[in-house]
Amino acid sequence: MRLAGFYLFAALVALLPVVFPDNYYVTVVGVTAFFNIMLAVGLNLLMGYAGQISLGHAAFFGIGAYVSAVTTVRYGWNPWVAMAAGLVLVWLIANLIARPILRLKGHYLAMATLGFGIIIHIVLVQADAFTGGPDGLSGIPGLVLFGWHVDSDLRWYVVAGAVMLLYVWLSLNIIDSREGRALRAVHGSEVAASTLGIDISGTKVRVFVLSALMASLTGSLFAHQQAFVSPDSFSFFFSIELVTMVVLGGLASTFGAVFGAVILTFLPEFLVVFEDFQMLIYGAILMLIMIFLPRGLFVTMADRIGPMFAGYFRQGIRET
Amino acid sequence: MKVLKLFLTVIFILLFNMSPLVPIVHASGIIKIGSFLALTGPASFLGDPELKTLKMYIDQINSQGGVLGKKLELVYYDTAGHAKSAKDIVKRLIQKDRVDVIIGGSTSGTSLAVIDIVQARKIPFISLAGSIKIVQPVKKWVFKTPHTDRMAAAKIFEDMKKRHITRIALITGNGGFDKSGRAQCLDLAPRYGIKIVADESYGNADTDMTTQLTKIRATDAQAILNFGFGKAPAIVAKNVKQLGIRLPLYESHGVASKKFIALAGDAAEGIRLPAAALLVADKLPDSDPQKKVLLGYRNMYEAKYGPVSTFGGHAYDALFITVGAIRRAGCLDKAKIRDEIEKTKGFVGTGGIFNMSPEDHLGLGLDAFKMLEIRNGTWELI
Repeated sequence: MRLAGFYLFAALVALLPVVFPDNYYVTVVGVTAFFNIMLAVGLNLLMGYAGQISLGHAAFFGIGAYVSAVTTVRYGWNPWVAMAAGLVLVWLIANLIARPILRLKGHYLAMATLGFGIIIHIVLVQADAFTGGPDGLSGIPGLVLFGWHVDSDLRWYVVAGAVMLLYVWLSLNIIDSREGRALRAVHGSEVAASTLGIDISGTKVRVFVLSALMASLTGSLFAHQQAFVSPDSFSFFFSIELVTMVVLGGLASTFGAVFGAVILTFLPEFLVVFEDFQMLIYGAILMLIMIFLPRGLFVTMADRIGPMFAGYFRQGIRET
Repeated sequence: MKVLKLFLTVIFILLFNMSPLVPIVHASGIIKIGSFLALTGPASFLGDPELKTLKMYIDQINSQGGVLGKKLELVYYDTAGHAKSAKDIVKRLIQKDRVDVIIGGSTSGTSLAVIDIVQARKIPFISLAGSIKIVQPVKKWVFKTPHTDRMAAAKIFEDMKKRHITRIALITGNGGFDKSGRAQCLDLAPRYGIKIVADESYGNADTDMTTQLTKIRATDAQAILNFGFGKAPAIVAKNVKQLGIRLPLYESHGVASKKFIALAGDAAEGIRLPAAALLVADKLPDSDPQKKVLLGYRNMYEAKYGPVSTFGGHAYDALFITVGAIRRAGCLDKAKIRDEIEKTKGFVGTGGIFNMSPEDHLGLGLDAFKMLEIRNGTWELI
């Protein structure tokens, strides 16, 4: 019953498009939410569990997206090959910077990751011979999966939804594995963890690389789904938004990250009815949540509502 | 924990009262104009006058009985200048709000991002952004009203040719507007027999450009062309004066605002730039067909909101081209409206006189730009 929460979530994701096949909130905003969930879940492994802050996560998302976009548009590569190329490049970059960066702690780590994110953004803007500069790059081909063209919003819902569920499943399993316990130990106390025989820097690097790879794959899918990329989707502010998703839902909880991503994706959509006051109310809601529920919306609610249900459900949520 | 419960209740009431899953029934008797504009963020100086203009004229049209006996309704959202949100918003406009036409896209990035959606969903779209890539190559459902950077470059080179300038130094920023302008300048210069002897760049947030200008001083350039917008061109103008460079300085239409003159001060004197006729409306001869339209728009806008900008004018043009097309189509069939937009001929707008055709979805000629020189803190026609 460890994954009860996951099955419930998967069933919800699968049922929504059946009930509302042509609903804007399901097939359009839903897909955006899936991409955000993928990124938030990946970032949560690094931030929530290993306790390493990253203010440059959008950079890996951007590299994945741009490798896919540039190689398919300018050189006519197969999208799947392009996706793999993006993963290889991100793997290299992440491995290269992980060790020096992760030696830093606290504010210094935040600064280093922030700097990395900004550097990548500058490259995307300035290398306009490849990236198209600030105007972006359009005409990215769609994906073809065994002869099945992923071209409608509904089909993208299926593909993005499946990958998203895979991420969530992966995250839930990693956390309950030996590696996951090592991560949490590193978060708790690096000294204590090392006395238990945990390879501190190796553990940090592995989770950093995994998190970067997850972002890169999401980026590739994002590029093909949008058929257009521009640097502003991968700016510093998006990195901050991702951190907000993870913190808002509740750190160190996979479903917390899912919940945070869903809230941050849908809230602006609902708030448009307030027109001029939209940003004001949006900010106020985020502020109130952090003041009254500092541990995050999902984690606090799970603790409150959990006991109302039967014991097994509580167990399912708590263990995530 | 009472506070917590109260807080959660409020959140839930807020979220569920909006009942987003209930589809909105498409009301007949209303013409829905969808819009996505950069109302917040760094490009809000574009979106803000555009929205005000659309609102003001839609109210006016409605008070005069609407179009085809139907009222116009504006459905608009803020993109903050982000391409990604523009894509989602356009899908929302088409799928959820079921608008009849779309006017918007304050920035080139947001306009370019939505082209494939409007093409696939077959809905007429008039963009309010500058880049020539929006309508070149021609896309069936996509139109635009603002002048292009290519036209600005051509207008500048025409003026240089008149002054027998053949070697120029180019200095541009790192924004989308700058980069696109630079590309057009490099592409067009040879056609006017102009050689670019220096091609310098700066960051739009830089506070000093003397390094680049010193390099330019060392070349044999006969004039300097600065393609940029925001505060950077004002710094370029000041640095040119400080360094005692006596070459004519040309700016782009990106600085056609009073703010530039205020920022550059004395250094602005003698600068030449291409600009839409709106800025010099009262200096135009009475025979100019645009004069009446320009003064009408300016007076109405300034009476309600304060100083006018050319950007709002683009929205005026787009709205009235659309309204004219709907009137001629006589129905709300999207394909017919599109055909009629394409047939727009001799429409006198704020940006110029529009003559669209299947090959030209902008329909403005070079004469839409006026060449201005800054003298005594204001613009003079030359």
